[in-house]
Amino acid sequence: MSLLRAGAVPGWVRRTGEGLLALLAFVVLWELVKLVVPDGGVVVGGVSLLPRTSDQTMPHVWSVLARLGRPETSATGSVSLAGALVTASWFTLRISLAGWLVGVLAGLGLAVVMQRWRIAEDALAPWVVLSQTVPLIALAPLVVGWGGKIHLGAFAWDRWMSVALIASYLAFFPVAVGALRGLQSPTAAQVDLFRSLAASGTRTLWRLRMPAAVPYLVPALRLGAATAVVGAIVAEVSTGTQGGIGRLIISYAQSATGDPAKPWAAIAAAAVLGLVAAGVVGLVGLGLRRFRVGEVA
Amino acid sequence: MNAQAGVAVQAVGVGKVFTTRSGAVTALEDIDLTVAAGEFVSLIGPSGCGKSTLLRLVADLDSPSSGELTVFGTSARASREGQQYGIAFQQAGLLPWRTVRANIELPLELHGVGKRQRRARAEELLALVGLTDFAASFPHQLSGGMQQRVAIARSLAEQPSLLLMDEPFGALDEMTRERMQTELVRICAESGAAVLFVTHSIPEAVFLSDRVVVMSPRPGRISAVLDIGLPDGQARGESTREDAAFFANVTAVREALHGGSVADLRGVDVR
Repeated sequence: MSLLRAGAVPGWVRRTGEGLLALLAFVVLWELVKLVVPDGGVVVGGVSLLPRTSDQTMPHVWSVLARLGRPETSATGSVSLAGALVTASWFTLRISLAGWLVGVLAGLGLAVVMQRWRIAEDALAPWVVLSQTVPLIALAPLVVGWGGKIHLGAFAWDRWMSVALIASYLAFFPVAVGALRGLQSPTAAQVDLFRSLAASGTRTLWRLRMPAAVPYLVPALRLGAATAVVGAIVAEVSTGTQGGIGRLIISYAQSATGDPAKPWAAIAAAAVLGLVAAGVVGLVGLGLRRFRVGEVA
Repeated sequence: MNAQAGVAVQAVGVGKVFTTRSGAVTALEDIDLTVAAGEFVSLIGPSGCGKSTLLRLVADLDSPSSGELTVFGTSARASREGQQYGIAFQQAGLLPWRTVRANIELPLELHGVGKRQRRARAEELLALVGLTDFAASFPHQLSGGMQQRVAIARSLAEQPSLLLMDEPFGALDEMTRERMQTELVRICAESGAAVLFVTHSIPEAVFLSDRVVVMSPRPGRISAVLDIGLPDGQARGESTREDAAFFANVTAVREALHGGSVADLRGVDVR
């Protein structure tokens, strides 16, 4: 964490700079692998040690970028690939944020309950961990199946809601873990002080534990946003939802042989989407700066 | 001394047993102690003698296993809920997201005191501890001694008639410590509050107290109670530390701590 320590440069400038440098390093590494490793990969005694690096399997970064500007399909009037990706990303981003919100509420709620009652922590903690070992793909059809049976007056369960719910299933975990650690972070002296002041549990939660949890919560919220995007993409694929980036990754993969840059563009878009979601949530942290003094420690 | 002036803390046969994984540990046994209203009493003893435990019992942060403990005539719990004491710990325990002023206002805020009154009281207390210029600072911008002063101001916010202090100067350097002690004597003389003060420094206990309670460990007991005959509040200053009476008291407390004859030391008169 020492790299993130506040210095002469404002924190966000430094972090943005570091992010761009990391991106640049990845591009350089990618091109370096293409340059050094032979097109056919490295095969020793029939065992492939390094993958093939031909333009077919690993297109140049610039050919992926160039592909973005050309039409998505050969059909007349087709939008550019970039346009298609942006539309699909926006679709997935909205679902991810909905899933993130549900996940954050669930994670926070769980953390509060676990902090308040020791027995709840003992009872729930194993399930929280276990929940993350169940493959998302196994859950997806179940969620869609259950959702399809929900009709409450004018409200009908939509397919995107299943996707958001599955995304929330991934997002709640880092939030629950981070929030619990944060809620438990006040020192003994601070807790004793509130007790000596005869502050109720709810008062102590809002005036002491919640503010103290912020330094733990902000990174957890950011991580939750990134996992919500991953969850949404996987859920789109496994529920067969149209319109999102997950669907595009699958359909573009089929044109990998003839148009290798296209699936890579979709993958890159999904990665950027995760960064955007985490960045948007990071803005929340700016509003809470006053509570983040302790984050240095 | 107790009948006419009122009693702040009264402990009769108080004991505390902690149940740990390796069995029961007796932290305190058969404690009899009376602190009069307005009296400054220090608890001193080696670590593990239960002096902090005793303070925590009075504060109702733990409850006694046996015996009877009353604070201003009611149970420790009732006096905590009635906000009859202010407390300060070895760690200042300030809330880092609050300014110095907001930290001092915290007890008032939790008890629904109006904004204007809170502000006025905070100004008084800031002046009292000499931190008026730092009202808008955050705790991490202050030195350890200044943070401790904020904690003391906070403990005084509701004008308690009893102050409980658990080694509040333990983490400070010697020079800051002496200055804080002088300030505390002055503050207590002004506010007229009774003080129960836990320390492991002999000169500190002697300089601050009307009486010093010497405790011995395993199980924690009171082994001696010494009356300190130093001049009262306002008259006690830096020169007191160089008095013969001061040194005589320091020696008396030291001998009591190191297991000198208890009977001879009880009620030492140094004048």
